[in-house]
Amino acid sequence: MTERITKNMARNIYFGGSIFAILVFVGLTFDTVQQVPKLSNDDKITESVARGKNLWEVNNCVGCHTIMGEGAYYAPELANVFDRRGMKNEVAFKAFLQGWMAAQPLQEPGRRKMPQFNLSESQVNDIADFLIWTSRIDDNEWPPNIEG
Amino acid sequence: MKYSSQMVAKPYFIFALILLAGEILFGLIMGTQYIAGDFLFPEIPFNVARMVHTNLLIVLILFGFMGATFYLVPEESERELWSPLLAKITFWVFAAAGVATILGYLFVPYATLAEITMNELLPTMGREFLEQPTITKIGIVIVVLAFILNVGMTVLKGRKTVITVVLLTGLVGLAVFFLFAFYVPENLVMDKFFWWYVVHLWVEGVWELILGAILSFVLIKVTGVDREHIDKWLYLIIAMTLVSGIVGTGHHYFFIGTPDYWLWIGSIASAVEPLPFFLMILYAFSMAKQRRIDHDNKMALTWAKGTAVMAFLGAGVWGFLHTLAPINFYTHGTQLTAAHGHLAFFGAYIMILFTIISYAMPIMRGRPHGNGPKAQAVELKSFWMMVIGMLGLTAALTVAGFIQVSLQRLPDVGALSFMATQDEIVSVYKVRLAFGILVLAGLFTYFYSFFVKEETA
Ligand code: HEM
Ligand code: HEM
Ligand SMILES: [Fe+2]
Repeated sequence: MTERITKNMARNIYFGGSIFAILVFVGLTFDTVQQVPKLSNDDKITESVARGKNLWEVNNCVGCHTIMGEGAYYAPELANVFDRRGMKNEVAFKAFLQGWMAAQPLQEPGRRKMPQFNLSESQVNDIADFLIWTSRIDDNEWPPNIEG
Repeated sequence: MKYSSQMVAKPYFIFALILLAGEILFGLIMGTQYIAGDFLFPEIPFNVARMVHTNLLIVLILFGFMGATFYLVPEESERELWSPLLAKITFWVFAAAGVATILGYLFVPYATLAEITMNELLPTMGREFLEQPTITKIGIVIVVLAFILNVGMTVLKGRKTVITVVLLTGLVGLAVFFLFAFYVPENLVMDKFFWWYVVHLWVEGVWELILGAILSFVLIKVTGVDREHIDKWLYLIIAMTLVSGIVGTGHHYFFIGTPDYWLWIGSIASAVEPLPFFLMILYAFSMAKQRRIDHDNKMALTWAKGTAVMAFLGAGVWGFLHTLAPINFYTHGTQLTAAHGHLAFFGAYIMILFTIISYAMPIMRGRPHGNGPKAQAVELKSFWMMVIGMLGLTAALTVAGFIQVSLQRLPDVGALSFMATQDEIVSVYKVRLAFGILVLAGLFTYFYSFFVKEETA
């Protein structure tokens, strides 16, 4: 099959094809960047949400958990933990998360362990705000059910 | 070996292999923690082991790519390397920065590491695969720039071949896309969107150019097939790579808050991504068939063919398995993702390193015809141990993924929780661990093949 293709043809397919693909991708990137603020409720990113995201990062939570399906597969999905554990009630969720973070690591032999991060009450509230904001992103109805 | 400066590749190869042993060791630690949650806790929590595992993987591949480049560019360019001294300095700076970062992960709590490296000045830490402190990231940029300068000058001043131009394109792309690692917006969706510019556009974009170039170099050397032919194949493969792979980034934009047209565009474009990997199989096997010389280093060709087949399985077949949006809806972020990640990384980027190392190391050690038959027999054994080990590990994770999807994701009512589902899968994780041990044993067998003595007649 390759006998009919010359080296020059192959090179032209390479250059032409790549440039076409790059143009399409750049165009779609521009459109996506325009649409993301609305899909993600960018205007609802408070200082607390931003601090929460930073705490999520500097404690490497994504080293065990997924968030919108990305991360590690050792511990539960957290983009919808507000729905799952807080029943979509902000006060209830914050109370839950304070208790949860303080109780780690759970003393159950053999169970996978989550470390103790020694976070302050306001830090835990920031993380809660970040997770609440995340749970409201329009992510095409993922995950399939509440278990994540 | 035609040029003495090719020798700078040697420490890069040796260090890459050592890091691979470390990587697999931490994989086995995590594999054990999947079964016994208390293992090494709190000394090495899972997330720390995982950072060490994946960061060693990336760094070792970079070392391997650099070694491969330093070996093949002088020979292709028909001149000595622009600056062998700079190549040696780059090695030591990169090795020191890499070791310091890994030790930081292991001995300092991650939040403390962020603090002492002043992450708040330019926060880039704490994202999967890009966990390195910001100063390490800056160090990587400097090392890569010095490296590209060195290689670029050599290529520019010497004979330009399709192989070196494609290789250099891949390396420049690697550097450019890494810059997105410094962009960490407050909006998680934007963060994720551009995070894939590093991760996806590396492994399914520019790294494939590097892979194709290294594979082509070894195929020319061990088959003696003429260059016109090689060049044509290389162009075709990388054309298909970029045409499908760039827009194929969309297969990560299904469920992270990006517009829903990605469901279609990502599915269609990425469905074509297996094609370049399939072409690689045709390429390797038809070059082997049309070979004009019978090189005594049989193992180099074995690794080359193995790379093509295993990359197609890991990236092409296991990638296709979950790349269509309606399927990915159920499999996204499950053990199936891990199954694919393992076979793809191993088949494509670890095996290509074995290919070039197995070709180049004997030459650098004064054996232009490759290792003797006894050493090659040991090496062949190590080849099969590692390949079977990784296939078994992948098969186990695939079964784990299916169980996870059917218990946790598919049921509308009565779905098991994540943790309860994991408890159901423990026996499969034991199988995974056993195959992982086989991989490490295979790697040690490979190391041993370097020390096999031949009887001299
Ligand atoms: C052979 C023994 C190995 C074992 C037991 C092992 C185990 C693991 C485990 C438990 C994880 C974490 C999964 C999670 O987040 O829950 C992981 C992640 C990963 N490992 Fe390995 N590993 C091994 C070898 C390798 C090798 C040889 C490679 C590459 C060639 C590799 C590449 C990766 C990658 C890319 C990830 C991240 C996967 C993702 O995010 O989807 N591993 N490994
Ligand atoms: C050598 C090339 C490739 C490598 C090294 C590779 C590696 C990986 C890794 C490590 C991940 C997990 C990322 C994470 O942690 O979130 C991933 C995800 C994914 N890959 Fe690949 N991949 C390759 C090629 C492909 C190809 C060719 C396809 C499609 C045909 C593909 C389809 C996917 C999909 C759909 C996901 C997302 C899985 C999910 O939703 O959880 N990959 N890949
Ligand atoms: Fe991808």
